Amino acid sequence: MITLTIDGKEITIEDGKTLLDAARENGIDVPTICFHEATTANAICRICVVEVEGQRVLQPACIVKAGAGMKVQTRSEKVIRARRTILEMLASTMDLSEADDIQAMMYDYGASSSRFPDAERRESEVKDDNPMYVRDYSKCLLCWRCVQVCADDAQYTYAINFEGRGYETQIGTFFDKPIPETTCVLCGQCVGVCPTGALKPKREFLLEQGMSPQEISVLNTGRKNRSKVKSQRS
Amino acid sequence: MIKPDRITTTTCPYCGVGCTLELHVKDDFIYKVTSPFDSPVNHGNLCVKGRFGYDFVYHPKRVTTPLVRRYLLEGKPKPEGREQVYAISTDGKPIPNSQISNLWDWVETDWETALNLTADNLVRIYQRDGSDAMAVYCCAKATNEDNYLLQKMFRALFRTNNVDHCTRLCHAGSVVALQQAIGSSAMSNTAGQVILNDVFIVTGSNTSENHPIIALQMKEAVQKRGAKMIVVGPRRIELVDFAEMWLPLKPGTNVPVFSAMAHVIVKENLVNWDFINSRTEGFNEYIESLEKFTPGYAEEISGVPAEDIRKAARMYATARNAAIYWGMGISQLSHGTASALALIHLAFLTGHVGRDGTGLNPLRGQNNVQGASDMGAMPFHYPGYMRVDNPENRAKWEKAWNIEPGGLSLKLGLTTTEILSHAHEGGVRALYIMGENPMMSEPNLNETRRHMRQLEFIVAQDIFINESGAFADVFLPAVPFAEKDGTFSNTDRRVQRVRAAHPPRGESRPDWKIICDLALRIESRLGVATSHWTYSNPEEILREMAGVNSDYAGITYERIEKVGLIYPVPTLDHPGTPTLFTDSFPRGKGKFHQLDYVPVMEEVDDEYPFILTTGRVLEHWHGGTMTRNSALNEAYPEARVEIHPADADIHGIQQDDPVHVKSRRGEIVLRASVTEKTSVGVVFIPFHFAEAAANLLTNDALDPQALIPEFKACAVQVFPAREDELAHPEVEVRRGRYYSS
Repeated sequence: MITLTIDGKEITIEDGKTLLDAARENGIDVPTICFHEATTANAICRICVVEVEGQRVLQPACIVKAGAGMKVQTRSEKVIRARRTILEMLASTMDLSEADDIQAMMYDYGASSSRFPDAERRESEVKDDNPMYVRDYSKCLLCWRCVQVCADDAQYTYAINFEGRGYETQIGTFFDKPIPETTCVLCGQCVGVCPTGALKPKREFLLEQGMSPQEISVLNTGRKNRSKVKSQRS
Repeated sequence: MIKPDRITTTTCPYCGVGCTLELHVKDDFIYKVTSPFDSPVNHGNLCVKGRFGYDFVYHPKRVTTPLVRRYLLEGKPKPEGREQVYAISTDGKPIPNSQISNLWDWVETDWETALNLTADNLVRIYQRDGSDAMAVYCCAKATNEDNYLLQKMFRALFRTNNVDHCTRLCHAGSVVALQQAIGSSAMSNTAGQVILNDVFIVTGSNTSENHPIIALQMKEAVQKRGAKMIVVGPRRIELVDFAEMWLPLKPGTNVPVFSAMAHVIVKENLVNWDFINSRTEGFNEYIESLEKFTPGYAEEISGVPAEDIRKAARMYATARNAAIYWGMGISQLSHGTASALALIHLAFLTGHVGRDGTGLNPLRGQNNVQGASDMGAMPFHYPGYMRVDNPENRAKWEKAWNIEPGGLSLKLGLTTTEILSHAHEGGVRALYIMGENPMMSEPNLNETRRHMRQLEFIVAQDIFINESGAFADVFLPAVPFAEKDGTFSNTDRRVQRVRAAHPPRGESRPDWKIICDLALRIESRLGVATSHWTYSNPEEILREMAGVNSDYAGITYERIEKVGLIYPVPTLDHPGTPTLFTDSFPRGKGKFHQLDYVPVMEEVDDEYPFILTTGRVLEHWHGGTMTRNSALNEAYPEARVEIHPADADIHGIQQDDPVHVKSRRGEIVLRASVTEKTSVGVVFIPFHFAEAAANLLTNDALDPQALIPEFKACAVQVFPAREDELAHPEVEVRRGRYYSS
């Protein structure tokens, strides 16, 4: 067990836990976006940053281990400003319309979606290439969770990864093949961890597009292997 | 963005893993499925079937109105023959362009008419021909409550034990072996304990496709926890990529390979003497019979190098915690019982059973095959595996069901396959089928067809007119998992809740209500005292059963509201039993059995040079009643035969070519997948596809003890076909994981 201080509160916690564990187990709220209980923490989004006394830069709470005697501020001015800026940059480049949690954070932190009016938005066509789910990377914030659950965090299938560099970075399949031609097993673990609605079950997507349940249910009737009226003499 | 009207938590209707599903419902339509990340079995992970395969619920071909044949409705005598009909007359008029006698038309009717006609005919046949003329297939897809009631109906009202279900076709060999050696037939440990194994054997199981979530845990055990996996089986399945060793045996040679491993363990003195002395019997006789099973002998028969057998034996025996997980490749053989015994012996020799992270674990196929078996949907057992030929057991159920003393039958019933082979004058006349599809799942389907046509009266209770329902006289429209309440018992023995997400479509009704309504009508026609068929909810049914079956005695819906309980749960405050046999086996000591190698019934020859083995693919489920009426069918729309490149070369077969596959019993045409996933001399066909049904080819030879058919090995020939001989030449599987272009 080790003891540290978070927001002035003395906290004793098992060795090996992260600052995020330490805060949450003691009722201190630290926001997260890319972090998920089912995936390996990777500190990509940086929304969970906290200020640790003696450290030059803000520290991502999801991966930094709690250390004995650490003095941590989770809502210092520097932290708040960093989080607000992260949210404003996200809002200026991607479609957050289905990311309820992030919108709530923007409200909490007073983040403005028009702070960077000249930002180039990341737009892309909806990829509808398999019978089970669609991919709308205009809504993707590159949290990496889908890649992780496709790989060693759940499925060990390795059908998707990052492609491109810098601003061009996007989640994709190898050689940009359609999903059915990859190793994808259509398990949808990726859909299950997507925080922004970028990955969505096909039927939910169709319902949103205005199709009725009735229309959707006749859509996937497959090929006509038995017509409505067919019988055979046996 | 759609906001759900409600989210219903329930249990997946596909495989025995028992994943928790959250059904997101809008306007009584499920548009999304998620799984909570704290779910006990699957930790938020699902497979393609669980996450996306629920749309069959809304398929336009689903039948939601009771149907009877026109001859019944019009009170005419049953016409000659028995026609397999899928078309429905919705206005009562003859079906246009019908190639068949219009008396065989399906006509929509009301429940009253359908139930009365069903009761009239079942009672007529029972009063004329007696108990032996009555038989029922219960359903490993339906709930515990549904199955309990259906076996109760046939036992209590028709006094017959001709009650079985598809367990006979899947793990009967394992069940009999485990009953003989241990006295209990379920998994000894939970599947989740695989992460505690140091070494584990996976055999006769393509776990990634058939129990996908257990396969994730197996991969995690290897990748993250340093476990070593040994895969034993004829196909180079995905798990081989993660395995320490792969022993590619020839189909049907399990007994020599596993007995040779036992031989090595004994000869090299890697045995656990404490365990053998204190927990087993019959060791001395057993090692005499083991003498001939040298690794060299096993290599000769199986093709697995002797050195690999030695290495695998040492690895398993010297592990701290080792377990065995097996599937149909062990049990679906004419010596399926012996195959499973050979595995059990390995655990006895090494003591790898009775502790966490060890065990003998037959991976049960269906979502509720464990439960249906527990509920007595079997010809030799009442609920709780109480033998029907034991008068004490009989007395208990007579009391529970208000039957006069000595009223229930002591005679062992017929098994699934026997029920059909007894379908003739003087044998079985009436067959009630709840949710099963023998016309896809039985071996040698041409023979099954002949038997089905000889039945006098068939009731189908289902959601679609499948290949078997198309033969029925009455069709009672039941509901799928998403429209009913009850419980499923998964392969871990975990009893979990099933909950309705929305009301039944059309006029369809939950199975338990149909059975109760019908049973009351039968009782009034028979003029007997009631066995109690009025329940206000499914929990009352479970509690009635639990009153006699002590394994379930402590299970209430309230206790399993959030997390299921693992039976045995003998009392209302008992926490459940994840690991069995910690101190003793149900039969006392574990019993070694002497084994011999018996080859498969039909070996290859010059005329039929390939061994055909059958199985499943990830995207489909068994006879296809659900998945072929789903978007899953778009992901995998056609049957394929896997053939090794070396064999394909010799026979002039290229990737995607149409081919004939022919056995002594039947012939089908389908496309070839040329792949090293199968071994030289072995071809593989999944059995989901009616238009190229693998079971037209399979051998109906039975294991003498378990009466399970030999689905895993028969002799076939493969030769090129024309494109236009395919049932659906326009359809092709375009999937990277199966096939690289």
